[in-house]
Amino acid sequence: MATKPSTQKASGANSAPSGSRLAPPIKAVKLRHPFRWIVAGVIVLYFAAFVWDAAVNRPVYDWAAYGKYIFDKRISEAALVTLELTVWSMAIAIVLGIVLAVMRLSPNPVFQGVSWFYLWVFRGTPVYVQLVFWGLIAAIYPTFTLGIPFGPQWISVAAADVPVFWIAVVGLGLNEAAYMAEVVRAGILSVDSGQSEAARALGMSWFQSMRRVIIPQSMRIIIPPTGNEVISMLKTTSLVAAVPFSLDLYMRARDIAGPIFKPIPLLMVASSWYLLFTSILMVGQYYLEKRYARGTGFERMKASVESTEEIAT
Amino acid sequence: MTAESLFTAPISLGGDDVMVRAEGVVKKFGHNVVLRDISLEVKRGEVMCLIGPSGSGKSTFLRCINHLEVLSGGRLSVEGRLIGYREKNGVLFEMKPNEAAAQRRDIGMVFQRFNLFPHMTALENVIEAPIQVKKMPKAQAIERGKVLLDRVGLGDKFDSYPAHLSGGQQQRVAIARALAMEPSLMLFDEPTSALDPELVGEVLDVMKELAKSGMTMIVVTHEMGFAREVADTLVFMDAGVVVETGEPKAVLANPQHNRTKAFLSKVL
Ligand SMILES: Nc1ncnc2c1ncn2[C@@H]1O[C@H](COP(=O)(O)OP(=O)(O)OP(=O)(O)O)[C@@H](O)[C@H]1O
Ligand SMILES: [Mg+2]
Repeated sequence: MATKPSTQKASGANSAPSGSRLAPPIKAVKLRHPFRWIVAGVIVLYFAAFVWDAAVNRPVYDWAAYGKYIFDKRISEAALVTLELTVWSMAIAIVLGIVLAVMRLSPNPVFQGVSWFYLWVFRGTPVYVQLVFWGLIAAIYPTFTLGIPFGPQWISVAAADVPVFWIAVVGLGLNEAAYMAEVVRAGILSVDSGQSEAARALGMSWFQSMRRVIIPQSMRIIIPPTGNEVISMLKTTSLVAAVPFSLDLYMRARDIAGPIFKPIPLLMVASSWYLLFTSILMVGQYYLEKRYARGTGFERMKASVESTEEIAT
Repeated sequence: MTAESLFTAPISLGGDDVMVRAEGVVKKFGHNVVLRDISLEVKRGEVMCLIGPSGSGKSTFLRCINHLEVLSGGRLSVEGRLIGYREKNGVLFEMKPNEAAAQRRDIGMVFQRFNLFPHMTALENVIEAPIQVKKMPKAQAIERGKVLLDRVGLGDKFDSYPAHLSGGQQQRVAIARALAMEPSLMLFDEPTSALDPELVGEVLDVMKELAKSGMTMIVVTHEMGFAREVADTLVFMDAGVVVETGEPKAVLANPQHNRTKAFLSKVL
């Protein structure tokens, strides 16, 4: 086979031969699943019994108190504080996580070492211990100074003047950054090396290829675990009592419950708010994942469904 | 900008007519010497086909021309400019990354596995580098991108994502994407090897037309028919050295070296 005929032309679409008739749709008796119905029935029955029991037989739930405090202004304000803690600490974690991941993957051994050391420390100690430590920071470092060692100093802040809220945010954010760094690194490594080669061959700089080619593709890998990290962070904020910071949802609910001796209804109140937020986050995550599935199998599936519909009509 | 001129190689600015000059190029990976001593010249407008057994260093040589790999020895220049280095008073200075990137703009590359950006449509793939790298206004880039896609026979696929295109269509988008940077040299690394046999022709047709328009091309390929018909020079490489160079019909019909004979007897 010395020469190959190279005269074939590209046909635009693989069109089916026209005029052919489709076989009629299959008519068959549907397979029944009686066992599924039985199991579902049993579960529903038990669950209904549990709910009825909780509503009627367990005065300690104190649903009246639950109703009274679920929309209490102090609770909704505390819920907002919890959200703010989550947003700010995740913002720090994502930005720092990207920096750490890129440092870890850079050819510069100093950057690699620094990134490795950071992860070793912050993943190797419990977040609760870290938060206690940040609470004591003022005792160790009374002032934070920005400047050149033994040289000029530009900004100096007394540690005692930093609001406890921000100490909590920093404590949560720096811990989470170590985990985000691993998430981002896994995402970047998941992109085929041919992609950065193609970008470089087109004359794009390292930064351009990261921003336009590598990072958008790694998002598909990065977003699902990041969603999990956000949801996990929302719940981890309940540990800021260690700092100690007491205006978040969990601490506020406990502080209200204390004097009135109603811990259970207020725990239910706090849990309801946490559940509401995590539910909203899950919906957001679903749409983000869909957005970043562009040009992948997911898209393709949708297209083929649409084209079969076209055939059907 | 007309459709015609998009497919036309830039005119020589006079002077030297050598597009690529390799002098004693050496490339090692650790102790593995992949390129031993490659010396060759590619003239402006010339189409050179590079053949040789697997592992002989063909891809590595192409990647050196594009500075995707750093040379271990020898000199390599494109349009008279050294690749990867600046020379000052006989001393070589390594280029900064942005200088190396600037050099790559003028050299287009087409890969065996296409390497299209999967999160961008065909048109977005083509306009990406002109907008990002050349800072071309978006409207102009789109206009030119459409003309280019039209020229490679994909005028109806602007908005398709690579996953929705056949291999042959993807490779034609990849060629359009490289051409969008108006390169003076095109490198092809086995552009049809990953394609189903019935899709090879459509890609080779585009490459033939490109060759006819005067583009300087170095093509690593196993398509001997293409080499015979289109190439000006055929180079046979083995174990990191150029074994034989010549006019394609002559080399294919009457190879001078035993290694060339042995290789051709297997592939023809
Ligand atoms: N990045 C790398 N690191 C180490 N060795 C490499 C690297 N790239 C290529 N090589 C080695 O260099 C040799 C030549 O590889 P190259 O890809 O250039 O061959 P080729 O002629 O293109 O072969 P093929 O026809 O299979 O594509 C091979 O032995 C390969 O293992
Ligand atoms: Mg190769």
